[in-house]
Parts: sequence; C-alpha cells; structure tokens
Amino acid sequence: MNLYIELLASTIRMSVPLILACIAGLWSERAGIVDIGLEGKMLIAAFIAASASAVLGSAWIGLFCAILASLSFALVHGYAAINQRGNQVVSGVAINMLAAGLAVVLGNEWFREGGRTPALPPEGRFLPLHFPALDELPVIGPLVRVFLEHSVLAYAAFALVPLTAWALARTRFGLRLRAVGENPHAVDTAGISVAALRYRAVIIAGVLCGVAGAYISTSLSSSFVRDMTAGGGFMALAALIFANWRAWPALGACLLFGFLQAVGNFAQGASIGGFQIPVQFINMLPYVLTVVLLAGFIGKSAPPKASGIPYVKDR
Amino acid sequence: MMQARGELPNWVDAGLIPLINLAVALIASGLVVLVIGENPFEAMWIMIQGSLGSLKGWGYMLYYATNFVFTGLAVAVAFHAGLFNIGGEGQAYMAGVGAAAVGLGLDFLPWPILLPLAILAAMAMGAFWAWIPGVLQAKRGSHIVITTIMFNFIAASLVGYLINYWFRPVGKMAVESREITGAYILSAREVAREFFGVRIASSPLNFSVFLALIAAWAVWYLLWRTKLGYEIRALGANPAAAVYAGIRPDRIIIIAMTISGGLAGLMAVNEILGVQHRLLLGYVGGAGFVGIAVALMGRSHPIGILLAAMLFGLLYQGGSELSFARPEINRDMVVVIQGLVILFMGALEYAFRPALSALFYSVGREGNQ
Amino acid sequence: MTPAIELIRIDKRFGSVHANKDVSLAIAPGSIHGIIGENGAGKSTLMSILFGFYHADSGEIRVKGKPVRIKSPSDAIALGIGMVHQHFMLVEPFTVLENVVIGAEGGTLIGPALSRARAELTRLAKDYELEVDPDAIVGELPVGLQQRVEILKALFKGAETLILDEPTGVLTPDEADHLFRILRTLKDQGKTVILITHKLREIMAITDRVSVMRRGELVATRETKATTVEELAELMVGRHVLLRVEKGPSKPGETVLEVKNLTWKDRKGIPRVDNVSFTLRKGEILGIAGVSGNGQSELLDVIAGIARPASGQVIFEGKDIGILGDPRHVRAEGLAHVPEDRQHRGLIGSFDAAESAILGWHHLDSLGKGYRLDRDKVIARAKVEMEEFDVRPPDPLLKSSKFSGGNQQKLIIAREIKSNPDLLIVGQPTRGVDIGAIEYIHKRIIQLRDEGKAVLLVSVELDEIRSLSDRILVMFAGRVMGERGPGADERELGLLMAGVSKDAA
Repeated sequence: MNLYIELLASTIRMSVPLILACIAGLWSERAGIVDIGLEGKMLIAAFIAASASAVLGSAWIGLFCAILASLSFALVHGYAAINQRGNQVVSGVAINMLAAGLAVVLGNEWFREGGRTPALPPEGRFLPLHFPALDELPVIGPLVRVFLEHSVLAYAAFALVPLTAWALARTRFGLRLRAVGENPHAVDTAGISVAALRYRAVIIAGVLCGVAGAYISTSLSSSFVRDMTAGGGFMALAALIFANWRAWPALGACLLFGFLQAVGNFAQGASIGGFQIPVQFINMLPYVLTVVLLAGFIGKSAPPKASGIPYVKDR
Repeated sequence: MMQARGELPNWVDAGLIPLINLAVALIASGLVVLVIGENPFEAMWIMIQGSLGSLKGWGYMLYYATNFVFTGLAVAVAFHAGLFNIGGEGQAYMAGVGAAAVGLGLDFLPWPILLPLAILAAMAMGAFWAWIPGVLQAKRGSHIVITTIMFNFIAASLVGYLINYWFRPVGKMAVESREITGAYILSAREVAREFFGVRIASSPLNFSVFLALIAAWAVWYLLWRTKLGYEIRALGANPAAAVYAGIRPDRIIIIAMTISGGLAGLMAVNEILGVQHRLLLGYVGGAGFVGIAVALMGRSHPIGILLAAMLFGLLYQGGSELSFARPEINRDMVVVIQGLVILFMGALEYAFRPALSALFYSVGREGNQ
Repeated sequence: MTPAIELIRIDKRFGSVHANKDVSLAIAPGSIHGIIGENGAGKSTLMSILFGFYHADSGEIRVKGKPVRIKSPSDAIALGIGMVHQHFMLVEPFTVLENVVIGAEGGTLIGPALSRARAELTRLAKDYELEVDPDAIVGELPVGLQQRVEILKALFKGAETLILDEPTGVLTPDEADHLFRILRTLKDQGKTVILITHKLREIMAITDRVSVMRRGELVATRETKATTVEELAELMVGRHVLLRVEKGPSKPGETVLEVKNLTWKDRKGIPRVDNVSFTLRKGEILGIAGVSGNGQSELLDVIAGIARPASGQVIFEGKDIGILGDPRHVRAEGLAHVPEDRQHRGLIGSFDAAESAILGWHHLDSLGKGYRLDRDKVIARAKVEMEEFDVRPPDPLLKSSKFSGGNQQKLIIAREIKSNPDLLIVGQPTRGVDIGAIEYIHKRIIQLRDEGKAVLLVSVELDEIRSLSDRILVMFAGRVMGERGPGADERELGLLMAGVSKDAA
C-alpha cells in the first residue's frame, strides 16, 4: 500500500516539470514555432535558479532569475525563427547545446565545484506545502496528502492546464494564436502582426520553461548538477505529440510519462511483484510509445499546419 | 522573384558570409571567456598550442576530427536529401554494439577477416538505426526530426541494457564489455614503433583517419558523380520537381537515411575498434551533435566538412589542454562554442546578409557615378 | 465627386524589379473599377500597397479625398478597405464564424463577437446572396463558398471598398456568375469594387471603368462602354500581336495515344478526371481547353505517370502505361512532359542549368554508364540544347533560378523535345513567358508536329489552344464536354468551357 502511495506521489512530482515544459511547447507550436529547445531552456533555468537562490538566499528570487534566463534563450530562438526566418530545429539544437555548455562553464567559474551548485537551505527551495490537519485524518489522510502536499510550483503547473485550454479556445489571443499556427497569411491580412503574436507565444514558452527548470533544481532537488534535466524537455516534446497539441490530453500524457519515470526510479531499487523488467525498458517506453504514435499505428498526429515554416510575405 | 534582400556575388554568399558568421560565433565565445574573467586571446593561444604545438596535440586533434568527419558527413548526406538527421548520436551508439558484437563474438577469426566484418557490422547497425526513422518518414509520414530524437533516447536505454546484461563480464564492476583483442585498429604510435622502429608521442590517432578521408571522398562522389546522388540532391532541393522527374521520394528518403546512419556508424570504428577496444557506456559523448555543427559549418560539402571537423578537433583537444592550464575554464566551453557555431552558422545564417547587401549596393552605386 | 480611393504617383521596387512605376489612379465611389494586365504587370503589387501589405517607395494614397498613410492591413481595414486575395487567406480548421471574426473580435473574449458575427452573417446573406453555413469548417467548403467567406470577412469589418484579386481563376462558370451578381448588388448598395483580372471578358461584362497596366505602368484608363476588347488587348500587350501561328494542315498518321474511360479521384474520393476518353494520332496537336482547375492538370499527371488512375486505361503505342504509375518508365516508352508549373516542377532552382537540363532524363546511359553520372557529358548535352533553343545566357553552369521565365521555359522545352519523344505532353507552355519566347515556343511545337510526332497541349489561354491545335477538346469539371475543330466559334468553345453542352442535349 505504502509503495503505491509513494509511487503516486512520485508520479505527480515527476509530472510537474513535464507539464510545464509540455504546455510551454504547446503555446509555441500552436503559434507555428517548433521548439526543440525546451530542454535547454529548462536546463539553464534550473542552473540559474539554484545559483541565484544559493547566492541570494531566496527561492523566489531564484525563480525570478530562472525565468529571466530561460526567457533570454527563448528570445534568441524567437529572433532566429521570426525575424531571421532561420531553421527552427537548428536554432533549438543550438540553444540546447549553449545551455548545456554555459551551465557547466559558469557554474564551474562561480562555485568551483565542477559545475555543481552548493546545496540549498530550506528557504532557498520550494518545499511541499504541509497541512497538519491531514495528519489527524484517519485512513484517507495519507492519500489526500499525496495529492495536496506539493510545492506551489506544482500547483501552478496543474492550474496551467485548464487555463491554457480556456485561453486557447475562448480568448481573442487564443483564437489569433491558433490561427497564426495554421495560416499566418490569414492573420497578417486581417491586420494582425504575425511577429508580435509569435513573440508572445515564444515568451510564454520561455517563462514556463523557466518555472519548470526552477522546479527541478529548487523543489525536486536542492542543487544543480550537470545535465540535470536528463532529457525531460524531449520527453515533454514527446508528450506534446502524444497529446496531439491539446492541453487536456497533454496533462494525461505528462502524467503517464511521469508515472513511467517514477516506476523507472523505483525499479532501480526493488523488483515489482517478483517480476523483473530491466529499468532501461521502462525508461525508453515514452519514446517508443511516441514513435509508435507518430507512425500512425495509434490515432493520427496532426501538428499545426504552419509549424516550423518561417513566415514570408509572398508576392 | 524574391529579390527583396538583393543579389550578392557568389563568393560573398558562399565564402564571406560563412566566414563572418564563424567570426561572430568565435567572438561571442570570446565574450563568454571574458565574462568568466579570463583573457580570450590567451585562451585561444593555449588551445592552438595544445593542439598544434606538439605531435601529441596533432594526434589528438586528428583523432577527434575523425569522429566529427563521420558524424558531419552523416548529417550532410541527410541534409542534401532535405532531411534533418539529429539521430547521429544514437546511430553511432548502436554501431558500437555492432562493432563489439562481431569483434567479441567472432574473435576466433583472423584479424584480416574479422576487422572488415566488424567495420561492416558497425556501419550496418548505424544504418539500421537510421533506416527505421527513414522508413517511418517515407511510408508513414512520421517527422524525421522527432523520430531521430526519440531514437537517440531509445538507443541510450537499449545499449545501456545490452552492455549491462549481455556484454559485461560476470563480476566486472565497470559497465563495459571485455576487451576486443582480435578486431582492433592499430594506433599510429604502435604502427610507427612496430614497423618503422620510430617512437612517437602517445595519442589515440589510428588508421580510422584514412577511413574518414575515404568516406569524405565517397560522399562527394556519391552526391555529385552518381545518378543516385543526383536524385538525393534533387529531392532535397525541390521535392515536386523530383516527383515530376520520376524520382521516388520514399525510396530516396530511406536510402539517404541508411547511408547517413552508416556514416554515423563509422564513428564506432574510430572509437571502439581504434581507441577504446571495448564497448562502454555513453562512449559517443555528443559527437553526433558535433556533426550538426560540422555539417552546417562545412556547408554540407565534404571539403568543408573536413576543415570544420579539424577546427572542432582543435577546439576539443585545445579545450582539454585549456582546462588543465586554466581550471577556471571548464572543458564544456567547447560545447558553448559548438552551440554558438550552430546558432550563427545555422539558425542566424542570413543575419548579416542585409547589412552586407546594403554595403555592396552603396559601394556599387558610388562606383557607377 | 470625390474619388473613393486615389493613388498618386505610386512607385515600388523589389530589388532589381521595378514593380510599379509612377502609377496614378482614381476610383469613383459606388463603381466597379477593373484593373487589367498580363501576369507580372504590377496589378497585385499596386493593390497590395493600397491594402498596406507592401509599402510604396514613394507616392501618396488618398481615401475620400483625405491623404492617409497605410502602414499595415489594419490601417487599410480601419479606412474601410477590404481585400479578397487570389489565394484565400483562410484558417482551414476554423469555422466560418471564427474566420470572419479574426481581427474584429472587439474584446478579450471571443464569445460576444461570435454571436454578433452570426447575426451579421444572416443579414449579409439576405442582402447580398452570400449564404454560408456559419458553423461549417472552412477547409471542407468548396472553393466558391470559401471565396464567399473571404467577402464576408471584409464586409464584417466594415469594408466600403472591396478589392478582388483574380477572383474567377478558381471558380466554375456558375460560381463566377454568382460572384458577379454579388458584386453588382454590392455596387447598388453603394460599395466600391476594384476588380483585378487578366480576363478581358470579365472586364467588359461587369466593370464601369477599366485601367490597363503594363510592365509596372498604368498605361490607360477608359470608360468600359467607350472601349473595345481589341483596344484593351492592344493596350495590355503593348504592340499588336497576332496570335496566328504559321502552320500547314496536319497529316495525321496512326494512333499514338488512346485514353479510355480514364478516372482519377483526389484524396477525398472526388473524381477530378471523370471518365475521359480520346485518341491522339501522329502528326497532330490535340488541344485541351478549359478554365483552370477543371481536371486538365490531373489528366496530364495521370498520362505522365505521376498519378495513378482510379480506373480506365492510358494506352500509349499499344501498351497500357497507366498501370505503370511511374514517370520514369513512361519516359522510357517515348513520352516527354513539359509540366504546367515551371518554377515548381520543371526545374530545380538551386541546380545549375546543366543539371536542370537532365531532370527526368538523368538515368540515361548516354549521361554515364550504370550508376555513374558523367559531369562532362551532362554539361556537353546542356550546351547543345541551350544553343539550339537560344537559351540566354547560354551558360550551363549558371544557376537555373537566375534565368528569366522565358529562358527557363526554353530550357525545359529543349530538354523534352531533344529527348526525341513520340508524344509530347505540354501544360501551359507560355504562362508568364515574354512575347518573343512565346512565338519561338509555338514554332517548336508545330515543328515537332510536322516531324510526325504527337502533341497533347493543355492551356487555359483559349487563343493559344485555337492557334496551335488541330483538334480541340474542352474539359469541364473533370469531363470532356465536346470536341471541336480549330476553326470553332470562340463563343461555342466558351459555352463548353462553362459547362453548357449542346452535344449532351
């Protein structure tokens, strides 16, 4: 019983950065900007959050700085994709490398621990909220705690899903953003700036990746270590494809992948029910599932039509 | 009819602009060095000294370059077919399994038979790992960028499993296979000692470097001197025209990806058969991604790729020397430079073109008056 | 009366192309004003400037007498200018309502705007015959209805002046008639309409005044009633061109191509080529006339092996090549194909001319044994072709994209004719090609016929069909409406193109 509760708690924890990054990717790609750089933005944010929090002693300042760092990378991507009409995949690859390199080089220079940041004190972290009242509650108390005792960032991540679904469907911004990802010419001739819309999407993606990174280094963990995001950005990308670029299914996909990550982490220690599945197979499952989905064996994947294509006014 | 950006002479487009982009990437890298409180010129000098200042440095530089030629060519062949193969990393990793499996499993064979078999096995495994995304793109329309990324992760887990459960000898702590004794490639140092009685500095340089040269020539020949190469380039440049010409896109996509994966797989020959002599965890170490930078910098032409691979070889070798001499500058500085090169030579390729165009036109106009 | 729109001395360059040269134009309110000119005459650019899509290098725009600065489409929309583009600017997965509302949402939430639009659409439908289901997904609507959505978009945003860029190019004759009725109603309600077209018939049928553009210049403005088709045509082209081509009578030989009950369906299962049958004999040119989009392109693709037929046969010299579905094998049988869309399919812009000059024929043994491609032979072949067909400049190493449209086309025609085909199929051989090249291309096609080869010609230019063909088939909605001789009455052909057939009755 305890094991399952632990697994559930772990699933939620692992899902949080996935949800944040996946929704970041959703905003960006629904506007027509392919974002391979989720990973890099999360990584630099994780590093900056841990660094700023360690130096300035506040998780909130860490979060703020992380968002700024992720945002600056997002703007580079935006400039390359929107103003320069560069290849968006190439730009994303560059951002991932730049982040991976800079985090270690700067971390080494600042803290002299080979790229690691100092361990954070409790006030430098986003710790899970604690509800003492639940301790009194018999039987369901522990179960409710699993769902409620998470950091504020986790709450933010889960709140983000309905907010995104609503904003895309019901607001002027959402309508225009969806339109620009399908046919930017239609938006341009309606007198709306394609570039401004896409920049806003890229900025949202930057902010969300910043929060995701901060969560990883200051909530899930208490310092930054190299390659800390460990492919989470790509898993979020996989989840986004799995969810067919929609907010509610994205939540489902992230929870599924989060669960698989949690199982993977547990399986390293214990075998489940005497049945030993090599942990590597659990680890690769999200990617295998995504490939199977992309191959059209389950459902049909339909990305926004204009995604990845630079907007050029034609004559 | 899109001439809004102005026509520029060929040598500007193909020569000057890439050089400017490279210079800007290097200047930006210099700024990063400056930010961490070091002198970029001094750092540059240490790097050049560390790689070109000694025979050993040259050996290391060429050894790194060998890897990058293979992965760079892999990216370039796919580029010419209009495909972005980000999966060099996974393809090279899987190729290691092929090389090690043959090298270890058939080690009763004499080396003149075993070695070519091991090389072929490496290529075959790399090709296989690119063939699947190729087929999925060609037959099912699955976006190759995404599938190759996914295949990198699948390979990482799969090879990890294989080493752990199949290759690792019982009782061995390190996650690696036993030594490949039959199918390895002699290092340059051993050759010099054995056959010429000359002692040269120790380095991982081995005969794979010639394989890299052959591969570069073969790619050039394939792309510009064969009908298949013509079809690959036609598809990449204009898919509609290719279909009109009777070129089957699905066939070419699969072939180009298979060749690309095979080239990436050759990296295992240098690394597993040439240097490590065993299969070990995560041995590719990002060389697959360096290939993207190399291909972009080399403009997907074999000559350009050879030069770009040598530059990155220099950066990698010089970078590790630098981190010894100046511990403040981490080895990962090279990754930063790589990222900046990809950014400025790939995504921001045309950033300086309008300015240059304006410059040329104003000069031109003055000249005409 | 103050003009609704005034353009004063508008000048615009794109790099080395001078798209608009000192153009001045006044549009009377409540009128339908036509702007006519050949492809590339600068009509669309001029209107795009008025709509704020491009910016003029110099010149002034006045709306209702007031000088205005139009920096973007939103400025134009605010000034009551709406535009229906040649390629629709619609978001296909969206509903009609959502498409209409974009850019005129009126608030942060779109709910109120959608209900407002629903009411407005009902009113517009009544007033202007603009019925569309507001909840339909736009991508699933037929082209004619999609165009209506475009007009509704403009009217919903309060357009007083409506610009239509080549609106009938994609329409069936019925749909075009309906459009003209809508435009007349708009005019009666006091709206101003600017109609860009290259079709003289439309100008004569519906406009009050007409301006003619040629090579970026506005050369004349006339009252429609006071001018003639002949005068406008001459103004458009610049010199009096007789499209009569020197050609003797045909001497048809044996049958080369026999198309039997051929049907081809698109992805949605709609037959775009519908039970088409005809034969083509040696030494004759068979012309296929029709408004573009009536299945001619698809027919060419099936014969060339690019598309596989759903049913029916394409028998070429006694062999069914339809089942091959492979352009390479079809070529090997002796068929050459000049594609309709030169830029897009006929050559590869980034390849040098020599490489473009072997496209489709690159596997020939004469260009290298087996898998090899002999660069010297490729260049030598291109040199010969370029000289014979007077491609300028005759430099096989120049990038294909750097040649002019006419020279690109000559390069393609050279490539296909020099392959010595038994049958040449040609789509739009002179689209966007200068007069000199047109005459030359026509001459070569006739020469090929006189050598006893068969030619299948598809063109949307009726004049071209009539002057080149020995027999004429007219296609409409995927079907062959009838066959006529070269001397057929233009009006009769026009009726067939519009889907009105006496044969059927």
